[in-house]
Amino acid sequence: MAQKLPPVDVVLVGFGWTAAILAQELTEEGLEVLALERGAWRDTPTDFPPTLAPDELRWYWRKEMFANNSRNTLTFRNNRGQVALPMRRWGSFLPGEGVGGAGVHWNGQTWRFLPSDFIAASHNAERYGPLPVGMTVQDYGVTYDELEPHFDRFDKLCGIGGKAGNIGGRIQEGGNPFEGQRSSEYPNPPMHMTFSQHQFERATRELGLSPFPGPSANMTQPYTNPLGCQLGPCSYCGFCEKYGCGNYSKASPQTTILPVLMTKPNFKLKTHNEVLRVKLDKSGRRATGVIHVDTQGNEYEQPADLVILCAYQLWNTHLMMLSGIGEIYDPATGEGLVGKNYCYQVMSSADVFYEDKYTNEFAGAGALGMCVDDFNGDNFDHAGLDFIGGGYIANWTTNARPIETHPTPEGTPNWGSAWKKAVKENFLKSTSVGAHGASMAYATNYLDLDPTYTDAYGRPLMRMTYDFTPNDLKMSAFLTERVKQIAERMGGREIKLNTRDGPYDSMPYQTTHNTGGTIMGTNPSNSVVNRYLQSWDVPNLFVMGAGVFPQNAGYNPTGTVAALTYWAADAIRTQYLRSPGPLVQA
Amino acid sequence: MSQVPLLTAATVPLLMGLLSTTAHAQENSFAQVERGRYAVATGNCQGCHTIPGEAPFSGGRGLETPFGIIYTPNITFDVETGLGEWSKDEFWDAMHDGLRRDGSHLYPAFPYPHFTKMPRAEVDAIYDYLATIPRVRREKPENDLPFPLNQRMAILGWKWMFFEPGEFEENPDKSPQWNRGAYLVEGPGHCAGCHTPKNFAGADKKDQDLQGGQLENWAAPSIRGGSNGGLEDWSEDDIVEFLRAGRNRHTAAFSTMAEVIELSTQHMTEADLRAIATYLKDREGNGEGEELDVPDAAVVQAGEAIYLDNCSACHTSDGSGVPRFFAPLAGSGKVNNDDATTVIRVILKGARSVPTKTYPSPLSMPAFDWKLTDEQIAAVTSYIRSSWGNKADAVTAEQVAELREALKD
Repeated sequence: MAQKLPPVDVVLVGFGWTAAILAQELTEEGLEVLALERGAWRDTPTDFPPTLAPDELRWYWRKEMFANNSRNTLTFRNNRGQVALPMRRWGSFLPGEGVGGAGVHWNGQTWRFLPSDFIAASHNAERYGPLPVGMTVQDYGVTYDELEPHFDRFDKLCGIGGKAGNIGGRIQEGGNPFEGQRSSEYPNPPMHMTFSQHQFERATRELGLSPFPGPSANMTQPYTNPLGCQLGPCSYCGFCEKYGCGNYSKASPQTTILPVLMTKPNFKLKTHNEVLRVKLDKSGRRATGVIHVDTQGNEYEQPADLVILCAYQLWNTHLMMLSGIGEIYDPATGEGLVGKNYCYQVMSSADVFYEDKYTNEFAGAGALGMCVDDFNGDNFDHAGLDFIGGGYIANWTTNARPIETHPTPEGTPNWGSAWKKAVKENFLKSTSVGAHGASMAYATNYLDLDPTYTDAYGRPLMRMTYDFTPNDLKMSAFLTERVKQIAERMGGREIKLNTRDGPYDSMPYQTTHNTGGTIMGTNPSNSVVNRYLQSWDVPNLFVMGAGVFPQNAGYNPTGTVAALTYWAADAIRTQYLRSPGPLVQA
Repeated sequence: MSQVPLLTAATVPLLMGLLSTTAHAQENSFAQVERGRYAVATGNCQGCHTIPGEAPFSGGRGLETPFGIIYTPNITFDVETGLGEWSKDEFWDAMHDGLRRDGSHLYPAFPYPHFTKMPRAEVDAIYDYLATIPRVRREKPENDLPFPLNQRMAILGWKWMFFEPGEFEENPDKSPQWNRGAYLVEGPGHCAGCHTPKNFAGADKKDQDLQGGQLENWAAPSIRGGSNGGLEDWSEDDIVEFLRAGRNRHTAAFSTMAEVIELSTQHMTEADLRAIATYLKDREGNGEGEELDVPDAAVVQAGEAIYLDNCSACHTSDGSGVPRFFAPLAGSGKVNNDDATTVIRVILKGARSVPTKTYPSPLSMPAFDWKLTDEQIAAVTSYIRSSWGNKADAVTAEQVAELREALKD
């Protein structure tokens, strides 16, 4: 029997980026806010100081930075004809756990989706005719222009470094000419580029493309954000993605919000408490709170007026299913919405090897790079291409960590003395150009509950059914050809192409950009949440995160996740609190 | 969706007036309580009289003196364990003359040699403010002092030798601002408590006033701001910024000074901080230039390598740091202090910049005691004390070992 705790105004499930933003916003309204985090308290000096942060074995290879998948994981299969098996070790993606969530171990590549990405279905249908059968792409229900002020807030919270390409409709030299209009320049200048980026910039200009510096949450100079929180300048140590930053140089909840939030008397955080389900009243139309369990196995009922799911996309979707909110998607009938439109990312790349030039990629940073956006979204004419969407192409110098990074030319054996020789010759003289491909929703890719396997609490695991789609493969082939053209012009001795072919393999790392499952949309028949991320079924429940993306764009998701969070927070503050109830009439 | 409003300074005395059976809180005006609150901030009463994280002013914190541990009393108005039965006159006797209620003597760990400079009206305001603090029941632990120091009569001799009661007297040759600063520094601020070296009896060496001291294994630097003073390179603005924000272009506050800024100086008015700065900048240091103990070249070379691997990411390879974020080491008063205790200790145990209203981020330096040996810490300390224009004695592995031992829990 769960012990009933005193009620709070708002309970946040999980405590990463979205919860930290919401807690900061909603405590400003005087609300009593409680966050429940299943992982541990983590902070820079105690958990990843510079003396411990660059420990490759511990954080990445032994997976100490990530969610504990001996307690809860998901099962995976490529298609409905297969039997899904549990992922017992993370590979393709690396969900976070603990305070700050994956916001601790991200790279810091902070993008805004294109205006056309938010209206992907209507825009593409209008320009190219009906979408292919089986493709379930749809509009977000919110526009870029509506989100712009919220993108802007996140840029300033994080001290993003970059060069604007479009301020108030005026194209800016040196920025991304394809981006949606910004209300202001980035708060910090771009990262300091290295040899590789200079080669990429030259090559792309020669090809008539428009290179610009990647938007970076690694600080290009000391920065004090609007809350007064201080971020130190990046030292280009090459330990961003998969690591916490020891130098306060990467925007994370810890560096940008928590110093202010944690001192507020109306905010409380409980760590090592996992939410098992959202509790509904008899009508099923109102959440009365959540049931959570501590590490001793004691169960608690936490009543709250407002329940907001802020866990990672996978776990938010899982919690909706376990709580019986909405109907789980069934691809056989097309009925149900929870778990629908699971999407991901389609990555490919080319390694460039130099004969006598040093790239020294060990001096890197998560978002140190030059990019082109000419082949992303609908920035180019897709007529006759038989796919929609695209991706940015970039030369990022994120790292050259000794265990993880040993690029070798085509034809090198995978082991032995010839491999060692090739690693030695190329370690300091190689770089990579990558395409960050979008992922369009199809009826065949989805999440539901596994019929066989359960987690540590006996709950069914979530099952992922996913493979690259026809759109993905055609788009990736197109992008990889562009990558090849750029790589060949970067002055190297040779290149090695890393194409992305099916079937999808859940082990080699791609990105932690899982999306969909709790998608947003224009009405209750096509979405789980409305344009304000409010549940259609349970109006005092909101769902944050990339789970609300109806399909994934050709960008890293954090910027858009954060903008949607500020947008939802604003709707709660200015509309919901005055009149609790549905913010969009069904 | 509402929360219980926190009791404010304005509502507390009102409730007290209604509920209290004692008379002391009944006539206090808002202005009087606010005056007391401010005076309490200038004296940082909360610092010593609170165990960090526990009820403010409820005492029980152990102060490590060279003679033993003295525990602070509860100064909330709890009747049994606090000041609940004290009269204003008795409170004045304690603050002004170092006397307990029963007429016996207070240990000068309670800085009445400084508080004696405060006028009666100010002390009364403190009394009135403390009367509004939520009352907490907490017994004061027995002091841990050896015989004969545990006999309070022993203090009489100390007072006779070192204690001069009397309110602050203005220096007519100086500006009102200078005098205000002198009053704050010498009176309630009791800066000398840490920043003045002590004699055999733990009393201030008056001739070396504010020239730097050592306590609880921290070296408190000289805070004289005139020529040859520890703050010679600091402008008045630097001092004001440091006391308000906990950071300035030279350094960041941590340890005991962090607590002083957090609980005291960041709550003081700009005018008072400027007055303190004016006074300190007018205090000349002493000009004795001693011969330096220069480290040998091999040590410097090793120290430089250790520095580049472990320190330069934040403090930068030329020691200029990132002002207000990561302390500059070039020209640092802490690094150049004759007494290397603080710089060694920070390397051993790490440090945390004080979070303030201006800068809420508690930027921290990690501990290196598990990572670097005594020899390595001695080498890197000697390197930073002799590089980028810094001029201070080399440090030996023995010094590091000694401090490492002293800091063992």
